[in-house]
Amino acid sequence: MRQVELVIIGAGPAGLCAAISALEAGVEVLLIERDKFLGGQLVKQTHMFFGSEKQYASLRGIDIADILIEKLEKYKDKLEIMTDTTVLSVYEDGVLSLMHGDKYEKILPKSIVVATGASEKVMSFPNNDLPGIYGAGAVQTLMNVYGVKPGDKVLMVGAGNIGLIVSYQMLQAGVDVVAILDAAPTIGGYHVHASKVRRMGIPILTKHSIKEALGTDHLERLVIWELDKNWQGVEGSEKLVDVDIACISVGLTPLTELLCQAGCEMKYVRELSGLVPVINKKHETTVSGIFVAGDVSGVEEASSAMVEGFITGLNAAEKLGKVHPNHDELSKDYHEQLHFLRSGEVGNRIRQGIEKIIREDF
Amino acid sequence: MRIKEHPILDFKRGEEISFSFNGHPLVGYEGETIAAALHAQDIKVLGKSLFTHRPRGFYCAIGNCSSCNMIVNGVSNVRTCITDLEDGMVVNSQEGAGSIL
Repeated sequence: MRQVELVIIGAGPAGLCAAISALEAGVEVLLIERDKFLGGQLVKQTHMFFGSEKQYASLRGIDIADILIEKLEKYKDKLEIMTDTTVLSVYEDGVLSLMHGDKYEKILPKSIVVATGASEKVMSFPNNDLPGIYGAGAVQTLMNVYGVKPGDKVLMVGAGNIGLIVSYQMLQAGVDVVAILDAAPTIGGYHVHASKVRRMGIPILTKHSIKEALGTDHLERLVIWELDKNWQGVEGSEKLVDVDIACISVGLTPLTELLCQAGCEMKYVRELSGLVPVINKKHETTVSGIFVAGDVSGVEEASSAMVEGFITGLNAAEKLGKVHPNHDELSKDYHEQLHFLRSGEVGNRIRQGIEKIIREDF
Repeated sequence: MRIKEHPILDFKRGEEISFSFNGHPLVGYEGETIAAALHAQDIKVLGKSLFTHRPRGFYCAIGNCSSCNMIVNGVSNVRTCITDLEDGMVVNSQEGAGSIL
């Protein structure tokens, strides 16, 4: 069986940054990605990022992915990249099994960074499984990676940042966005994004949701309705909307299956959007040698996923006995960056969530 | 439907390649996924569900939800949202669990 020093599962913002840190510290890295390219969800982010310069603010996600991938270039001899490869399982003896195309392989790493990210949630309403009802991120991939128009008329559910940004990007792709609905009484996303879509004439209907979807083979129409203060549909407020696509943007949830299987202690934390691992300050789980970075340990933004990736790469390297020459200095800087990214109301919620999973007794 | 003009992105499509979907000859581009090539021609129904045989389309586009599973070159359960289209591919919609033999 092949042995490697560090396996990083997932080559999105967190995984790429963890790889950069670990390689800089002199660790040999195997970076595994389920999709056919590196960059994770950065590759479809055509909007400019917020944050500070250190997290590449004012650059577009697509360009950030290129910058990170380029940084890996100089470590070619210490880095192996496997795309189109899915990690199937993590066994109790530390063995990983992988599928690469139709090839099955087992690998024994000394340490693992799980950076599997998150997946889009579904929403419950009659006929919610009709083709044409897609995750908002999926539609973003279709448009911005493959240049395919999702449909002619689209309704977006969710006025968080993803819902607002993807709505704007659909306009850029020439799609008619009929409306953005949100069950909450207020818009969840940044006002700068909301103003942008409103200026383009897209109505944002708060306290609204989908009652049901109609269509035989695929989505043809939606029945939307108003919600009362108890979030219940108001009879008589129904409206029929002709659309061929509905985008569901009601949040993400961490992709933690591998951690559960590995026996990591897990906890359901609402503020972090689902089941997440208990970790110590080094981002190590209760299973020695398994580290986490990015959305897998709590859904946030790409900026914080990158910083967490850098930190976790340093810590995983340290555990392997390869301390980065600037470990302390870098670590301090990254923690300050996270503190900055997690200030404000949304950040406050994230910090409360993290407090619930941090433990130092292992 | 393919996006022809875009204010930020410039889509560099690969070579034109042919494939079949449920026996019908279709054309796509190298570098795109099977699901993207099908959606570009307005094909949204990729299969039928396991027990109630309801139509299935893609949902997550990250290879996670299994909603886009199809039979490709005779192999069932291919995640078409992350699998590249290849010249001459035989793509069929999958009804139910698919066979592993």
